[in-house]
Amino acid sequence: MSAASNTARANILGRLKAAPGRPGPDLAPWTPPTYTDKLVRFRQMAEANHAEIHDVTAETWPARLATILNNRGVGRLMVAPGTPRGDALLRAAAQGVPLPTLVPYDQPVEVLKDALVHRVDAGLTGTRGAIAETGTLILWPTAEEPRLLSLLPPLHIAVLEEDTLHDTLAAVVRDQGWAAGMPTNALLISGPSKTSDIEQTLAYGVHGPKELIILLIRKGE
Amino acid sequence: MTTTNLAATNTAAAARPAARPDTVYFFGTCLVDMLYPEAGLAGMDLLRHAGVHVVFPEGQSCCGQPARNSGYVEEAREVARAQLDAFPSDIPIVVPSGSCAGMMKTHYAHLFEGDPDQPRAIAFAARIHELTAFFVNVLGVKLADKGAPVTVTWHPSCHSLREMGVSEEPKALLRQLANVTLVENKRERECCGFGGTFAVRQAAVSTAMVSDKLASVRETGAGTLLSGDCGCLMNIGGHAEKAGDGIRCRHIAEFLMERCHGG
Amino acid sequence: MAADGGMHAEHGPRFAERAPDALNNPQLRRNFRRAMDGLMAKRAAQFPDPAYWAELRERGAAVKARALAKLPDLLERLESRLTANGVQVHWAETTEEANAIVLGILQQAGARTVIKGKSMVSEEMHLNAHLERHGIEAVESDLGEYIIQLAGETPSHIVMPCIHKNKDEISDLFAEKIPGLERTGDVDELTAAARRVLRERFANADAGISGVNFAVAETGTLVLIENEGNGRLSTTLPPLHIAVTGIEKVVEYLDDIPPLLALLPRSATGQPITTYVNMISGPRKAGEKDGPTAVHLVLLDAGRSRVYQDVELADTLRCIRCAACMNHCPVYTRVGGHTYNAIYPGPIGKILTPQLQGLDAAGDQPHASTLCNACAEVCPVKIPIPDLLVRLRREAVRPTETPATHLPPLYSTVVKDGGAERSWTESLVWAGWRLVYTRPLLYRMVTRALAWGGNWVPADAPLMRDWTKARAKPRFKPRTLHDLARERGYLNEVPK
Repeated sequence: MSAASNTARANILGRLKAAPGRPGPDLAPWTPPTYTDKLVRFRQMAEANHAEIHDVTAETWPARLATILNNRGVGRLMVAPGTPRGDALLRAAAQGVPLPTLVPYDQPVEVLKDALVHRVDAGLTGTRGAIAETGTLILWPTAEEPRLLSLLPPLHIAVLEEDTLHDTLAAVVRDQGWAAGMPTNALLISGPSKTSDIEQTLAYGVHGPKELIILLIRKGE
Repeated sequence: MTTTNLAATNTAAAARPAARPDTVYFFGTCLVDMLYPEAGLAGMDLLRHAGVHVVFPEGQSCCGQPARNSGYVEEAREVARAQLDAFPSDIPIVVPSGSCAGMMKTHYAHLFEGDPDQPRAIAFAARIHELTAFFVNVLGVKLADKGAPVTVTWHPSCHSLREMGVSEEPKALLRQLANVTLVENKRERECCGFGGTFAVRQAAVSTAMVSDKLASVRETGAGTLLSGDCGCLMNIGGHAEKAGDGIRCRHIAEFLMERCHGG
Repeated sequence: MAADGGMHAEHGPRFAERAPDALNNPQLRRNFRRAMDGLMAKRAAQFPDPAYWAELRERGAAVKARALAKLPDLLERLESRLTANGVQVHWAETTEEANAIVLGILQQAGARTVIKGKSMVSEEMHLNAHLERHGIEAVESDLGEYIIQLAGETPSHIVMPCIHKNKDEISDLFAEKIPGLERTGDVDELTAAARRVLRERFANADAGISGVNFAVAETGTLVLIENEGNGRLSTTLPPLHIAVTGIEKVVEYLDDIPPLLALLPRSATGQPITTYVNMISGPRKAGEKDGPTAVHLVLLDAGRSRVYQDVELADTLRCIRCAACMNHCPVYTRVGGHTYNAIYPGPIGKILTPQLQGLDAAGDQPHASTLCNACAEVCPVKIPIPDLLVRLRREAVRPTETPATHLPPLYSTVVKDGGAERSWTESLVWAGWRLVYTRPLLYRMVTRALAWGGNWVPADAPLMRDWTKARAKPRFKPRTLHDLARERGYLNEVPK
């Protein structure tokens, strides 16, 4: 911090501390909603957010994905080696499942920037869970599964397990104790990139993915 | 248009006398006093017809809102204090204006912050009732329509809606009248652009607002616009008159009195 | 009572003088009316249950009020957590200092091009112009901001900056400014064109600059919300990220974020949540493959600590910039954002601008309101905007002096340029009003005099003129209500 910034800091904090004290109110009671059927709510909200949901099983989802992507003509799918989802796809491809060309996100963005920005059609990530209230996916990017994988490719595919559905953000932040250790970047994603800056008309894919596909691994299937 | 209701905490509905009073004060308001006295008189007559004794204290003048809204708080407080003096008995004070009622009900406590009269101002505020809400919520009046068929629309003042929390009561009164068809204005909750000194300080914006308001009133097809606030009536009615529009703008008390008791 | 004009000539036209330009532009009026109607309907649909809305906003207001009560403490905790997380924290008292800090960071990194996420604080700083003067190109990436940057304009709304423009105007603009683009009226094509141009800008930017919606002291987390993905790109793809924010954006706990997130997008655009909620707690860690290697946060005061001195006015600082107040404002809807000639338009601007810039520059703004309370009704953090408008009207004519107990005694009045709208004629009018309205006998004499002669006031008399341009003259009645009540036998006193 520069000397000027130090002076500013002292002056700002000095003024704030010299101000008359005021009581901080107790937090008013607030009960975030709960849902008897979280999955129904999640589906309804995620679809309203323009996400496409496919119910899949833990064993066969790579094959299902292959069908979905081939129907769309996806040529290059970026994956994260070293993650359960990325590795499952790499294994499936090796076993002959007709997946698109898999491009590993295995080097820093500085090396892969051109591919990421221009030359992949889709990116696949796992999820840490989802929020029923708003149809929202929770992603905590990691060293293995970087941040841009869910952002730069025009199609984002996210694998979600039904067991990891929560009622609300409030519940998941509290129950999982997020405050004890936040990652470099935590993300909530609710649908594909969108804008309504031009005459309040919705348009998708303005900067991030134009489409979001959720592969929903059903419980016990 | 939003349909959100504020919680009842800061609205008139919160404070209701437990029993029906037999005597009430009437606070006429300065605008009614000079420009719409027949509306004030109708309000008192309606109360009398509902079996309530009405007291109109001579010492009353104005709630103080014009000065307060212009930033002249001390002047507003002194005029407000004169009202505290003018209504000494602990009985309801009925006001034929949501705006003046809102000033007294929701702003007096703050206006008298740090003043020895603050407890008196708070007690005074608790006695304030907007006229139509008083008829419906306290007196539970039943009206019998004696007039010819007519179509009307309702204009709630902003302060009646958002300070006094009076929204359905005046419409409920109008719906009691067999020969009156109430057509709701779909922009009912939008301000007419009066705003006291706003109408002259920001004359161009105010004009745009009142002309939009009149256009939305015309869309209802009603020949009569009713309101519980004479500021709005002076604005919308004045604009209608200037525009050569045939829409009649009247205070609801006068209208009810005329229909139910032949004026 | 219109304040005397001449005194303020040096500040250019006042609100009332600027308004007719917008009022007389039917296209602009239609654009705003249509947009605001849509936003109001969408917001209302998000809060169908009044009881839940009341509970949620009570919580939101309390979270912000509690954070403000502990503001200096929370800022220190935020700084120490961010520093521990590897984020460099800078403090700026003025927008000039903030500009110098941002420029210094960029120059040190050798940055030439910057991609920006939407940030009202950077608008407050006029950051783009500052960087441009020093040879650094800053490109706005939020579609609305990009459009107005192409047009050389300023935002007219704090959430939807180009809301004053319709599709045709944007089609013309893109055809003119984006090389190789045929004129198109298709929103998807316009959006795709912006994506193509801005993708390259993102890929080549040396730094990203963003605002902050909430800064969490407990965890040292910057929370940014957006729909487009440009905010995530600005804060992830370039090697350097600089966030700029006002000091009032800090909240205490991560648990405070969910209620605020439940309020903000619903109030702003009628969405249950934005597409992206981006929570940043530090730069790229060893082994991570993307994200900026350096993250800076600039904490800007620019008048906020002065607003903080007054416990009532400090409610202004609860604002979470959702814009619901302007979406519901009957004045804003008619004149649009540019009429305010300020960074923050609409009701929140009418209380914020005079406090940040002073009553000399913006003392007329609190009067650009009918006090209809539509803003207070929808504010998700319960800022009593109409009461603060009245308070500022008062400060403009009868300023509160800074209590001697305050340290340091930098200012003579609580609000900058207190008393700037003082006028002797107006004071006299209210003194006379008070005299008459506190003395029942005098009051009845005056009202009777008006009943007799009030209608003789000519329609073109001062003040009356402004009224009668659009309305008939008010008519004094021959007998006042005081007279009629006595005649009808109503009692003066409660019978004993």
